[in-house]
Amino acid sequence: MIDIQKIRADFPILNQQVNGKPLVYFDNGATAQKPLVVIDAIEKYYKEINANIHRGVHTLSQLATDAYEVSRNAIQKHVNAKHNHEIIFTAGTTFGINLVANGFAALLKEGDEVMVSHLEHHSNIVPWQLLCERTGAKLVVIPMNDKGELNLEEFEKLLSDNVKVVAVNHISNALGTVNPIKEIIKKAHKVGAAVLIDGAQAAPHLKPDVQDLDCDFYAFSGHKVCGPTGIGVLYGKEEWLRKLPPYQGGGEMIAEVTFEKTTYADLPHKFEAGTPNIAGGIVLGTAIDYLNEVGFDNIAVYEQELLDYATEKLLQIEGLRIYGTSEHKASVISFNIEGIHPYDIGTIVDKLGVAVRTGHHCAQPIMQYFNIPGTIRASFAFYNTKEEIDIFVEAVKKAKTMLS
Amino acid sequence: MTIQEIQEEIVDEFSMFDDWMQRYEYIIELGKSLPLIEEQYKTDNYSIKGCQSKVWVHADEQDDKIVFTADSDAILTKGIIAILIRTFSGHTPQEILDANTDFIDEIGLKEHLSPTRANGLVSMIKQIKMYALAYQAKH
Repeated sequence: MIDIQKIRADFPILNQQVNGKPLVYFDNGATAQKPLVVIDAIEKYYKEINANIHRGVHTLSQLATDAYEVSRNAIQKHVNAKHNHEIIFTAGTTFGINLVANGFAALLKEGDEVMVSHLEHHSNIVPWQLLCERTGAKLVVIPMNDKGELNLEEFEKLLSDNVKVVAVNHISNALGTVNPIKEIIKKAHKVGAAVLIDGAQAAPHLKPDVQDLDCDFYAFSGHKVCGPTGIGVLYGKEEWLRKLPPYQGGGEMIAEVTFEKTTYADLPHKFEAGTPNIAGGIVLGTAIDYLNEVGFDNIAVYEQELLDYATEKLLQIEGLRIYGTSEHKASVISFNIEGIHPYDIGTIVDKLGVAVRTGHHCAQPIMQYFNIPGTIRASFAFYNTKEEIDIFVEAVKKAKTMLS
Repeated sequence: MTIQEIQEEIVDEFSMFDDWMQRYEYIIELGKSLPLIEEQYKTDNYSIKGCQSKVWVHADEQDDKIVFTADSDAILTKGIIAILIRTFSGHTPQEILDANTDFIDEIGLKEHLSPTRANGLVSMIKQIKMYALAYQAKH
């Protein structure tokens, strides 16, 4: 059970007014708010143990290194990775995907295929397009249907021995669809393709089990799981991480450097060049511990309630259409009101204290599919309430009256 | 009326409202009075980059004066471009180029626009001045 009063007390930012109204923060898909334990942990790091890691013999460096590696272990446990060196700290999901796509440049040739889906965020399209440009490989797209679900029959037809990589998201950021990735991974493996899962939108809502999923890569961002910005995680199966060349060169990622030849450090350091985001890495562990304390089972039940409640209330507004109507959805509602531009609604509800996202959500192909300029997206977190949904629905109604 | 006088008039109108809601309602009203661009000009050539909604602006010359028409798929954007067109339309290129746009701040428009919209506003003004510059160069 979620004790909502207790949880909301953990998030100081929620207790404020914007534009003279109490803040209703429904832009959690863009970034999550931070609980006090996270904010305090950042301060504590800089006040007490700030030092560079993995290189000093002095005490502070040891303390910082220990804290950083404790966090790596916590994340390993969280995603159920087999080894802690399969957890690479990155700057975020985008960085993780680019790391993998860049690495595959050494493994692909003309005639190979890279598969993404119609539901992807630009971050899981563009790195692969760049890869295809470099290697002559072809980008293949898994189509979607009107409910915003992937067409698995078509997916199977598109699969062949030419497909070397399949990159799909766990949950669509624009529509909220939860994709059947376990099935996709299984089928992709049958043709020998590696599978990368963009877990940016899933990580705030569920606990991914990378061994059960059997994915080859799983990327997510710290800031969407109540952690700091500029830190993220790339899980990679050991065998794949050994196959891929380093992404960036520099300190920390080397074993030995001479002008003739450099040998690389072992995993995970091979992919962690330069001084990393130490505070971010440490505090991401704090954030994940916090979420696990709240409990992902509790989060799932509570967010489903919010989603059902908001869906029902919104659909009572005449002319309102929800995009993304799969039965398997995260707490995300993307919608438009007939004849009104999403920006107009977003602007008015902001003045009423409600923060939502408007636009194409970095997923233009989805907007092209529905032939719309964008949507209004409300994305709920476990610290949101039904009362906030009521305020939001009233704000949308008021905007509709003003704008039509 | 000179551009300066029109701007003062607009500032006056906006000063009557005490809250943002009324201002927005007025902007929406103004959007409805926008001299609409002909459909044939609603193309990429006439669209303004930097706006998150679509905006098209067209300029014509009549008796040495520039007459603007425009449209947008978002109502608030239509209102904002209507304010600009009311200010600048029917003036000579030189007058348009000489005009300052401080009145935008005075009517409190910018503070009520999100940064993306404010950037769009800057792009619209830039485009209008570009048209003026182009017509001036023609002479």
